[in-house]
Amino acid sequence: MRRLIFDRVSVSSRRGPRLDGVSLAMGEPGITAFVGPNGAGKSTLLRVAAGLLAPDEGQVWLEDEALSAVSDADRARRIAFLSADGRAAWPLSAWAIVELGRLPHRTARATRAEDAAIVSNALHRCGVAHLADLPVTSLSSGEQARVFLARTLATQAPLLILDEPTAALDPHHQLAIMDVLSEEAANGVTVVLAAHALDLVSARADQVVLMSEGQVVAAGTPQHCLTEERIRQVFGVVAPGGIQPTPWSLPPS
Amino acid sequence: MSRLKLWSLLAGLFTTSALVSLLAGPQGVSISGLLDVLAGRDSLDAEVLVQLRLPRLMLGALVGAGLGMSGAMLQGYFRNPLADPGVIGVSACGGLGAVLALYFGVTGVVAMALPVAAVLGSAIGVALVLLLAGRSARATTLVLAGVAVSATASALTALVMNLAPNPWALAEIAYWLMGSLIDASWHEVLFASPFILAGLVLAASTGRTLDALSLGEEEARSLGQNGAYARYAIVGATALMVGAGVAVAGSIGFVGLVTPHVLRPLVGHQPSRLLWPCALGGAILVMSADLAVRFLSGPGMPLYLGVLTALLGAPFFLWLVRKTREDLA
Repeated sequence: MRRLIFDRVSVSSRRGPRLDGVSLAMGEPGITAFVGPNGAGKSTLLRVAAGLLAPDEGQVWLEDEALSAVSDADRARRIAFLSADGRAAWPLSAWAIVELGRLPHRTARATRAEDAAIVSNALHRCGVAHLADLPVTSLSSGEQARVFLARTLATQAPLLILDEPTAALDPHHQLAIMDVLSEEAANGVTVVLAAHALDLVSARADQVVLMSEGQVVAAGTPQHCLTEERIRQVFGVVAPGGIQPTPWSLPPS
Repeated sequence: MSRLKLWSLLAGLFTTSALVSLLAGPQGVSISGLLDVLAGRDSLDAEVLVQLRLPRLMLGALVGAGLGMSGAMLQGYFRNPLADPGVIGVSACGGLGAVLALYFGVTGVVAMALPVAAVLGSAIGVALVLLLAGRSARATTLVLAGVAVSATASALTALVMNLAPNPWALAEIAYWLMGSLIDASWHEVLFASPFILAGLVLAASTGRTLDALSLGEEEARSLGQNGAYARYAIVGATALMVGAGVAVAGSIGFVGLVTPHVLRPLVGHQPSRLLWPCALGGAILVMSADLAVRFLSGPGMPLYLGVLTALLGAPFFLWLVRKTREDLA
């Protein structure tokens, strides 16, 4: 199933185009990873995909509806979004942060007990249940990233859009986050993310989209996309034999 | 702290400060006066209570509730503990609106002209700050926008005072701007309460948006919050509460800064849970400050309520700026 389709989407700013006629399909339960140098348009694309930025040209389809026609409340239940520079403005507890993921479902029939079970489950899956009562601002950046990821899981949206969820994290936390996302994808969630860790992406993503200067250079399996030639052309980096998937994993717990 | 404990504490403080400010003052009122009122008997003490003390108490509570809640709401919206209707220049704009109404003498023609002018002035003030500070809500941008709006309003107010036709008109404006509950009567209470109560209800409706904003502006929108409604509600609620408060009591600063700061740790720092407690906390703060003012005023030398809150609030503001700077570092 194709959950999200970009049809010749363009976004321009005063300094020129940020997205230039992008056409793409994301979907099939699985992980789609956007890679590319800084300023390639990854974040802009994810914001358009999440309905936070309206394209100047082109159309985005969420399943069979135009994304622009989906109401804010409905969109919030169907797409969970995590920005790259997210941090808590107040020293809320980790529990309170994850509970915010339930906001889109706060209707008359939602019960508090159900919400609490979902929040608790999200904290467990991200391995931060023991931190639930601590102020999130007192946690390490790796712990914070897992709490914010748990917040997006708590929404139980079929589409998860994450801008650099593994940025600035140590290898252990990067793998821990990717494990959670692989599990989500296996459960039928469509995961869309931007990342710079090419070897990690190569090992875990089902589809890779290589971007440069607001355009899609290549899309497909990691092996197909991340060739030595393309890496050299897009990133200006020599990677002999192309990007090898990382052999690293977390020890069985 | 649990909800029940917090509300019992606030209710206890509210009742105590209300009773003390009813009975205490340079002219003390005996408990029997209070009993006279309750029993419907006429006496001098009963008269003082019903015609002077009670309206003053209620007006103080209303104005304080509006200031406390607008402080809590603005801090949540701007994700910034330095936001306060006084600091960001909303009170000054409300004051300008009211001063213009006084100057042009519209208040004599239309009874509601003063509060309406103050509410309009405040609305323009918040809208300007929102426009200037933008969505980023960084501490420095917000405070600078507030300084700019505040300076403009003060300059225009000074111009109106400069053009005042006679010293009495000038004195009227100057005393009124200092902020006080001295002239409180049932008339003022009836005048301000619809505005302030409507503002409180409107402010309370922003709770979910404020909670979602704890995660950032984009995250809040992705959660289906922080749309256009939230912005209108915040401008409207601030204008109603602060404008009406300024119209009946002049400018009373720093209540909206101090109250949320004191209560925030007691509600687990959650912006939505901070709103109503701050209404009650602001009421307690203004009632207590007004009580202090009554004892500190000498014969023929009244101390103004706004002067007292400013004297106490300004050092607190300085301390908060230093603390915020350390947190950012």
